[in-house]
Amino acid sequence: MDLVFFLILFPFIAAIVLLLIKADNMRSAVVGVSALLIAAVSVWLLAAYATSGTVFFPVSPEPLGELMFLIGMGIAIFILYMGVRYKNNIAIALTLIQSAMMVYFEFGISHGAVPENNFFVDQFSIIMALIIGIIGSLICVYAVSYMKDFHHHHPEHKDRRRTFFFIMFVFLAAMFGLVFANNLAWLFFFWEVTTLSSFLLIGYTRTDEAIKNSFLALNMNLLGGLAFAGALIWLASTGGGMELDKLIATGGIIALVPAVLISFAGITKSAQFPFSSWLVGAMVAPTPVSALLHSSTMVKAGVYVMVRFAPVLQGTTPGYMIALVGGFTFLLASAIAISQSNAKKVLAYSTIANLGLIVACAGIGTYEAIWAAILLIIFHAVSKSLLFLCVGTVEHQIGSRDIEDMNGLITRMPKVAVMMLIGMAGMFLAPFGMLISKWAAIRAFIDAPYGVIFVVILAFGSALTVFFWAKWMGRLISVPPPAEDAERRVNRTEWLVLSFLAGLMVLATVLFPLISSYLVEPWLRAIYGQVTLLAQENVVIMLIMLFLLMVLPISMLYYRKDHRQLKPYMGGMTTTSRMHFTGAIGIDREVTLGNYYLESYFGEQKMSKIGVPLCVILLAIMFAGVAVAGLMH
Amino acid sequence: MSIIYALLFLLLAPVAGGLIAGIDRRITARMQGRVGPPILQPFYDVGKLFEKEKVVVTNSQNFYVLCYLVFIALSGALFFGGGDLLLVIFAFTLAHVFLVLGAYASNSPYSHVGAERELIQLMACEPIIILAAVGMYMVTKSFYVADIAASNIPLIVFIPGLFAGFIYILTMKLRKSPFDLSTSHHAHQELVKGVTTEFSGPTLGSIEIAHWYEAIFLLGFVYLFFSWSPVIAVIAIIIIYVFEILIDNTFARVKWPLALKSSWLITAVLGILNLTALYIIGGFVK
Repeated sequence: MDLVFFLILFPFIAAIVLLLIKADNMRSAVVGVSALLIAAVSVWLLAAYATSGTVFFPVSPEPLGELMFLIGMGIAIFILYMGVRYKNNIAIALTLIQSAMMVYFEFGISHGAVPENNFFVDQFSIIMALIIGIIGSLICVYAVSYMKDFHHHHPEHKDRRRTFFFIMFVFLAAMFGLVFANNLAWLFFFWEVTTLSSFLLIGYTRTDEAIKNSFLALNMNLLGGLAFAGALIWLASTGGGMELDKLIATGGIIALVPAVLISFAGITKSAQFPFSSWLVGAMVAPTPVSALLHSSTMVKAGVYVMVRFAPVLQGTTPGYMIALVGGFTFLLASAIAISQSNAKKVLAYSTIANLGLIVACAGIGTYEAIWAAILLIIFHAVSKSLLFLCVGTVEHQIGSRDIEDMNGLITRMPKVAVMMLIGMAGMFLAPFGMLISKWAAIRAFIDAPYGVIFVVILAFGSALTVFFWAKWMGRLISVPPPAEDAERRVNRTEWLVLSFLAGLMVLATVLFPLISSYLVEPWLRAIYGQVTLLAQENVVIMLIMLFLLMVLPISMLYYRKDHRQLKPYMGGMTTTSRMHFTGAIGIDREVTLGNYYLESYFGEQKMSKIGVPLCVILLAIMFAGVAVAGLMH
Repeated sequence: MSIIYALLFLLLAPVAGGLIAGIDRRITARMQGRVGPPILQPFYDVGKLFEKEKVVVTNSQNFYVLCYLVFIALSGALFFGGGDLLLVIFAFTLAHVFLVLGAYASNSPYSHVGAERELIQLMACEPIIILAAVGMYMVTKSFYVADIAASNIPLIVFIPGLFAGFIYILTMKLRKSPFDLSTSHHAHQELVKGVTTEFSGPTLGSIEIAHWYEAIFLLGFVYLFFSWSPVIAVIAIIIIYVFEILIDNTFARVKWPLALKSSWLITAVLGILNLTALYIIGGFVK
């Protein structure tokens, strides 16, 4: 119990300390020590609770509940202030409606049922806590050196690093609260704190674009928040109770209505179509923010609650609609990723796509699908944080985040390039994590009713995925004429974080059978009474593949010897050593190679034009389905 | 999983693959009114390649080709060892990604375009291969090649659509016209040799051996559709291969958009229809 409270409260205390200190070296010391403590306690939590099943922590709702309500109102007032200041009427309207709902909930109907078990921890919370505690804090450590460079590179932005780190740590605290809360009203409080934190982080630079995109994120998430508040009111007025565990155990329509409303909130938070634009817009923020939003916080909060409610959604029409939204988002976002040359945008669409797959699994809700969903959450968090941070480092060294400018990175920044390759391999190649999860997802979809549509979506979606990752890999590893070594300037902290994450990527792949059998399987068994068992021999084969991938690079040593080096074939054209040739009318040209982006097939607008209306219709059917079921009740 | 079959594949597949390549060249020559080379010519060619000077554009390209060879052989060995079909497919994709990376590594214009096209082909082929595996699973209730091969259900009757789709992309996988976009066995490729432009000597020889492994693996996949009767299966494989040679010699190469669109359209239509039909009749199949 102490560990859980430590994880919620300590990041908050660290945040306040960071708000107060000004000196650079003091800040990095505090961030470093706090991150280490948070990560260590997350691991300690694993050691303490891994085998004990679900443990509840009865906490008196007084005065904590009142305090949360007051802070919530404070947040509402702050958002109203921001809405007035930046003249955003939608934000004002949404906040006013939500505040009215919460006041009604607090004073009108919530009396009577006072939940006892307000916090809990189980294997799924532990997995989430590890992701937040290890990956989230690593990103904070990385941010210290990144933000220093950032303000060095961008003197036009006001240095508000104290606020920045304050929000980063508040974010972590809220995420911990979110995964440990059993009281849904409290979970909602933490939920709203993450919405606010992401709003402030996206708008960090206060440029017009940043403000615009931060309000886009805010409004979409506030819309989800309305649905969440609606779920609380439904629960209070039907006497469903606020405790997550009891609600899921009850099932039926009492649980289905809040499950669907909260899943809608989850869809907004995890940036599914039609709400994907906020996450793409969020890339205006400094890179560590993107890394945090995409890997261990924010979007993961969305899928976390959906996976929690999956047993309720299983086999229902609304659940099926949610799964379809996820499935189509996976397919279309993967297609869009092909047409993008901006590295951060490719990563953003890949995140949206993978979250789509998790949402599809949650909507299907069978034990096989949930097994796949949890593994996707884990592996995606590791790979994506690594990739974002690598792109951040590359961007600071070569001054561009365009994939075409990363041509030959393997010669200019060999170590970072190798880490990026590991991260990308982790996203789509056997035997790494994401592929194992996709494999599990295929099996889950086959066994699910009407699963054929998801199997087809997955088959096409993974083909798209292979294309956009492999061509990016190709840019990195192509060996162009010698260029300057840009890697020496990368500082020690960034190296440390990147190497750690790359190691974690490989480690997670090696350890995933253990993660599955000690954490995921017991959790599934407790909820569904059934589990998926991995075929032992397939695990062995995958470990053999991993081993081969680690050993084969040794062959490079052999190939360095006695091979004569020539220039590439240029159709008989004479070229200089730097790949210049004499082109038409005698102009000296350099050979430049570019990737295919297939814009006319997979363009962002073209795909969104399909995805947005399609998913709006699916969500409308979802609401209609749950409304009909609710009225019949 | 049977290790013996896996080992037999590793030893014999290059021999069988080379022979098939030799017969292929002979039949092709006859179709074109030529005499053609001896059946063993592919072995002479590869043998000679291994005697050539080791020339590279960049050292790392050989590493990728080595990985390509190793993982093609591994996926074939897993397949013939009776392993999990989905895992086989993923290992197969991994192998191809290595070939593409090898082509990218040289930073050469011809192999670069070849690599892009190879990736497009990979994207075009992947869905139907996965769906075919899923179809086999739905009928036989197993993803294990050993179980599918041992099943006495005539798979082709239940998944004709998936079979047709697979045959369509088989042309691409065997690098035959009209889909020899990224590289070709013929001398009329506008990309010089596409993905393999910058490879020579022993490295090119390794690619050729990998290609033999690949051909045997793909024909093994075709076998699964007919596995209830080995005789019919062998006859089917022969007919299909001769058909591929005929197509190769009678069609001009198409552009990549047509290759991608047509294979996806066929996959989507036939795949969805066939799988849906399987769901509907699912209750009757034992």
